[in-house]
Amino acid sequence: ICFLQVIWDIIGNKQFCSFKVKTKSQNFCRNEYSITGVCNRSSCPLANSQYATIREEKGQCFLYMKEIERAAFPARMWEKVRKLSKNYEKALEQIDENLIYWPRFLRHKCKQRFTKITQYLIRMRKLVLKRQRKLVPLSRKVESREKRKEEKALIAAQLDNAIEKELLERLKQGTYGDIYNFPVYAFDKALEQQDAESESDAEEEEEEDDEDVGQREFVAEDEVEESDLSDFEDMNKLKTSSDEEEQDESSEEEEEEEVQASRSKGKSPANGSLVRKKRAYVEIEYEQETESASRRRTT
Amino acid sequence: PKHTPPGTTFPPTFSVSEIKNKQRRHQMFMKLKQEKRKQKMQLKKKRRKEREALGDKAPPKEVPKTIENQRVFDETTVDPEDEEIAFDEGTDEFSAYFNGLTNPKVLITTSDRPRGRVVKFCEQLATVIPNAHVYYRRGLALKRIIPQCIARDFTYLIVINQDRQTPNGLVLCHLPDGPTAHFKVSSVRLQKELKRRGKAPTEHSPEVILNNFSTRLGHTIGRLFAALFPQNPQFVGRQVATFHNQRDFIFFRFHRYIFKNEKKVGIQELGPRFTLKLRSLQKGTFDSKYGEFEWVLKRHEMDACRRKFQL
Repeated sequence: ICFLQVIWDIIGNKQFCSFKVKTKSQNFCRNEYSITGVCNRSSCPLANSQYATIREEKGQCFLYMKEIERAAFPARMWEKVRKLSKNYEKALEQIDENLIYWPRFLRHKCKQRFTKITQYLIRMRKLVLKRQRKLVPLSRKVESREKRKEEKALIAAQLDNAIEKELLERLKQGTYGDIYNFPVYAFDKALEQQDAESESDAEEEEEEDDEDVGQREFVAEDEVEESDLSDFEDMNKLKTSSDEEEQDESSEEEEEEEVQASRSKGKSPANGSLVRKKRAYVEIEYEQETESASRRRTT
Repeated sequence: PKHTPPGTTFPPTFSVSEIKNKQRRHQMFMKLKQEKRKQKMQLKKKRRKEREALGDKAPPKEVPKTIENQRVFDETTVDPEDEEIAFDEGTDEFSAYFNGLTNPKVLITTSDRPRGRVVKFCEQLATVIPNAHVYYRRGLALKRIIPQCIARDFTYLIVINQDRQTPNGLVLCHLPDGPTAHFKVSSVRLQKELKRRGKAPTEHSPEVILNNFSTRLGHTIGRLFAALFPQNPQFVGRQVATFHNQRDFIFFRFHRYIFKNEKKVGIQELGPRFTLKLRSLQKGTFDSKYGEFEWVLKRHEMDACRRKFQL
C-alpha cells in the first residue's frame, strides 16, 4: 500500500498530474473515472487501488469497480456492472450489494453520484418536452440587401402622398357622410379649370351627395373590401333617407359622365373680384379620362 | 489641365483609367463628365424644341421605367370583378368578421423575457389597436395559450419576437383556427422617436387603409390586417392606420388627419411605425411542425428575380 502513498505524494502535491486542474481555491481531477471531481487523496483513481465510480452512457448508468488484484492488467482493470433497474431504490440496493464490504466513503460517494446523474437525466427528458429554442442563423449579406431594398421601397412608396390621396378619395366618395361641412363637389385636381365656365345648375346639394355615393370607382391599388364596406353602410343610411331620384341616378354608375368645373370657397376671395356670384352649385359627374390621367400621374 | 485647350473632344481610344498620375486622372475624368453632361443637356434642349414645335402632334411623353412598371405580371393578381374570389372571400375565415358577427379582440404578447424596446412597442401597439391586451408571457407554450385564448373570445394573437432588445419578428394568428402569418419586423420607430409627433392616440377606432395588396396572397394578408380593427371606424377620432405594401414590404403608419378643405388634408403622425415582410403563411393556428403552410418565403426561388413580387 505504501506505493500508493508514494504515487499520491508525487502527483498530488509535488509534481505534475495531467488530470489535475488547478483553480484559485481548489484542485479538480479531470479523470473520467473519478468519483468526485475534486483532486483528493481519497478520490484520486490513480492513487487508490480499490475504487468505484458510476458513469453514465446514453441514459444508462454503470458501476465501475477497480480492484487491487487486477492492478497489473490495465485492460481488465475496471469491472463494469450494468444497472438494470430504472427504479431508483433498487439501483441503490444494487450498488450496495456490489460494493458490500467496501469502504464507507466509496459507497456513499457512489450513491451520491448516482443520485445526481439520475436527477440530471430526468431534467434532460423534461426539457425535451418543453419548448425548445431554435436558433436561426442570419446571413449578413442577405440582411443588408433586404435593408437596402426596404429603403428603396420606402422612397418609392411615398407614403404621405398615398395616405392623403386615399383620404381625399374617401372624402369624395362620401364615406364620411355629413361630418365635414365642405360642399361636396367633385373636383379636378387641375386648378386651371377654375376659369372655365361652370354650369350653375340649381340642383340641390343632397343630390350631389347621392350621386357621389351612388358611384363606385374601383381604385385598382386598394384593398377593395374596407372602403367598399364602409361605403355600403353609408349608402344604406343615405338610401333610406333620400328620394327615389337617387335610385334612378345610381343606376347610371357605369356611364361616362363629364366633370364640370368646381369652385372651392377659398379661391374666390383670392381673386379679389367679388363679381363672382354665389357659390355655384355644380353637378358632379366624373370624366373618365382625367381620372385615368391622374392615376397615371401617380404611378 | 494646362496642356489641352478647352473644347477638344477626346480621341476614341482614350480611356481615363490608363493615366497613372492620380491628379491628372481625376482632372481628365472631371472633364469627361462635363463633356457628357453638356451633350446630354444639348440633346434635351433639342428634344424639347422639337416637342414644342410639333405642338399637339408631339408623341406622348415617355413614362420612365420604374420597378413597379416593370413588375412581372403575377398570375394570381386579383381582378376586382372576379366572382370566384368574391365568393371565396365570402366564405373564408374572415367572413365572420366582415359580416359583422365578431368583434376583434387582440392579445399581444412577446417571446420569453421581453426587454427594452419590445415592451414599449407592445404597449404602443396596444394603444393603436383598440381592444388589445398585453400579457406577459411567462415561458408558456403557444400551443397551450391558444385554446385558452379561444375560450376567452379573443380573435387575434400577436406574438412579438425579439433579438437583442428590439422586435424583429411578428406572428399574427387569427384565432378561431384562422391563418397564421409570420413576419419579419424591421425599422421600428417608437412614438418617442418620431419627429413632429402628435399626442397620444385616443380610444377611437381608427380607419384602415390597405394599399397595393394585389395578388391572392396579398388579399389574404390584407384581410388579415383589416380584421384587426373594429368594423365601424369612428370618424370622430380622425385616426387612420395604414398598411402600405410596396415591393413586398408592408409599411405600417398611424396618423391623425384633418381636412383643411376638400382638396387638402393634413396628416400628423402619431403612434409607432414599422415595416413587415411576410415570411410564411400557415393555414391553421400556430404550429410550426405539423402546420400546413400555404406560402413560405423561399429566397432562392422568389428573390432571384428583381421584378417579381409576391404580395
